[in-house]
Amino acid sequence: MIEVDEVCKSFTVRRRSGRLRRSRTLVGAVDRISFTVAAGEFVGYLGPNGAGKSTTIKMLTGILTPTSGRVRVSGLDPSRQRTALARRIGVVFGQRTTLWWDLPLRDSLTLVRHLYRVERSTHQARLAELTELLELGAFLDTPVRQLSLGQRMRGDLAAALVHDPELLVLDEPTIGLDVISKATVRAFLTRLNTERGTTILLTTHDLGDVERLCRRVMVIDHGRLAYDGSLPRLRAALDADRILIVDLARAAPPIEVDGARVVRTDGPRQWLAIPPSGNAAAVVAAVAARHEVEDISLREPGIEDLITRLYGGGVPADR
Amino acid sequence: MVEAVRIYLLLAGTWMRSAAQYPASMVMLLATQAVATFLDAAAILIVFAHTPRLGGFSLPEVMFLYATSGISVAVADITLGTVERLGEHIRHGTLDTLLLRPVGPLLQIATEDFNPRRMGKLVPTAVMLVVSLRHLDLHWTLARAATLPLMLAGGVGIFWALWVLAAAWQFAVVDGKQAANSITYGGAYVTQYPLSIFGRDALRGLTWVLPLAFVNWEPALYVLGRPDPLGLPVFFRFASPLVAAVLAVLAALAWRTGLRHYQSTGS
Repeated sequence: MIEVDEVCKSFTVRRRSGRLRRSRTLVGAVDRISFTVAAGEFVGYLGPNGAGKSTTIKMLTGILTPTSGRVRVSGLDPSRQRTALARRIGVVFGQRTTLWWDLPLRDSLTLVRHLYRVERSTHQARLAELTELLELGAFLDTPVRQLSLGQRMRGDLAAALVHDPELLVLDEPTIGLDVISKATVRAFLTRLNTERGTTILLTTHDLGDVERLCRRVMVIDHGRLAYDGSLPRLRAALDADRILIVDLARAAPPIEVDGARVVRTDGPRQWLAIPPSGNAAAVVAAVAARHEVEDISLREPGIEDLITRLYGGGVPADR
Repeated sequence: MVEAVRIYLLLAGTWMRSAAQYPASMVMLLATQAVATFLDAAAILIVFAHTPRLGGFSLPEVMFLYATSGISVAVADITLGTVERLGEHIRHGTLDTLLLRPVGPLLQIATEDFNPRRMGKLVPTAVMLVVSLRHLDLHWTLARAATLPLMLAGGVGIFWALWVLAAAWQFAVVDGKQAANSITYGGAYVTQYPLSIFGRDALRGLTWVLPLAFVNWEPALYVLGRPDPLGLPVFFRFASPLVAAVLAVLAALAWRTGLRHYQSTGS
């Protein structure tokens, strides 16, 4: 579905270097990235701001022309066959709507149908399905400018799927959404991927998105692919500690217990790191036996922790 | 091509419907634009109150030049004027979303905000053309009559190309709209008057460098039965469509190059 082979993208940036003089520097945004995504995959594409995520997405969708290397999406060269590709993929930018601001959502979707030349009968069936799954019914006839962020996002998703694309590319689709909207969007994406077989590539800063949705994770940092594989494997490869947060009845010196070490204290609250090989239940039991505990919670290493470690340590991409 | 026209009408129609949500504003904008055009044209009458001739041309002749240029500009502006917003789309990152649709961005920006108020300039200039034709004392031959639509079409084509070139320039200089406007709107202004008033050097420049003389000046010399001050061959009177075609090719190349080197914004 997606083939990316040794792709680079650099930008020319003009800086003021004197009163009138400008210097031009070449800034590399993506540096020799290669990966493939097969049909039906659900891939999370992660990385800190400025790592090259959006640049990659824009090259995949034909907005940007790669400086070098080869990109193929659905068998097409995105930058040269942009409009042909647009008919076969759906793209949603979480920060930006593709809907017409002053038109009711329904009209926007009809216009999209015309642009993509979808048959009326096909469209009606599809619209009914999308309306039900994305719960659009309540605001189909509201002008887009009056929609809430969550509603607009679902509207954008519907617009990207009117032509039943084989690949859906999402750039931060859950940014700024509340818990309920997020859940609706996630459930919808899961269904789309499993039942319709739509390939999905998603960038996000939301750990929940990745943990609930993506079977495969790619991490990009400083324009290079730092990791490509499954999420559990990323966890294991990084040897990340789980964190046990213990609230004691009163402040105490750091707890000493086998299989864990205190990494932080704040009054009566202490943070204990348990290595992946350790037994969390045994640590909890030992702590509770020796101290008066008010509350206790265990935190799995979040993706952000993992990624922070990845950037620091540099684990080779397995796969 | 047929497909492009279909999409154009579809998008323009959608924007019209969107504008129709505010009918009062639509009517007022239309009226304001029409009044502004009439006032602009009235300036000619004031000039002719002081002099019987302008650059060697009589009032009906100057009105003829004004109207033919005005119609070409109005038609080009109605159909394509909003491409000058390309710079804003680049700055705000909205060009990205336009590029995601299976329709060219030029078509999408050209139809943007399509609104009947754009007609405000066309109606007054069309009225002026009719008035000037009635007062011109011309012996109408078939060739003369045929030159008129040809010059209007050529003029529209030249302004289309200029507008696209000016927009493509904004790929390189994002806030280059003002500089670009000096060519498009400046060109629209210059061609309203007999080019002879600007002197021979300007006339040469407007023929060979920025070929605005072909919008209406050259063909109008033929229609009005006037000699060419530069003494150019007769062929030049009919070269408007050719000039428009050459400019269109240049504009298309510039647009494509700009799009290929487009760098997008940070998010």
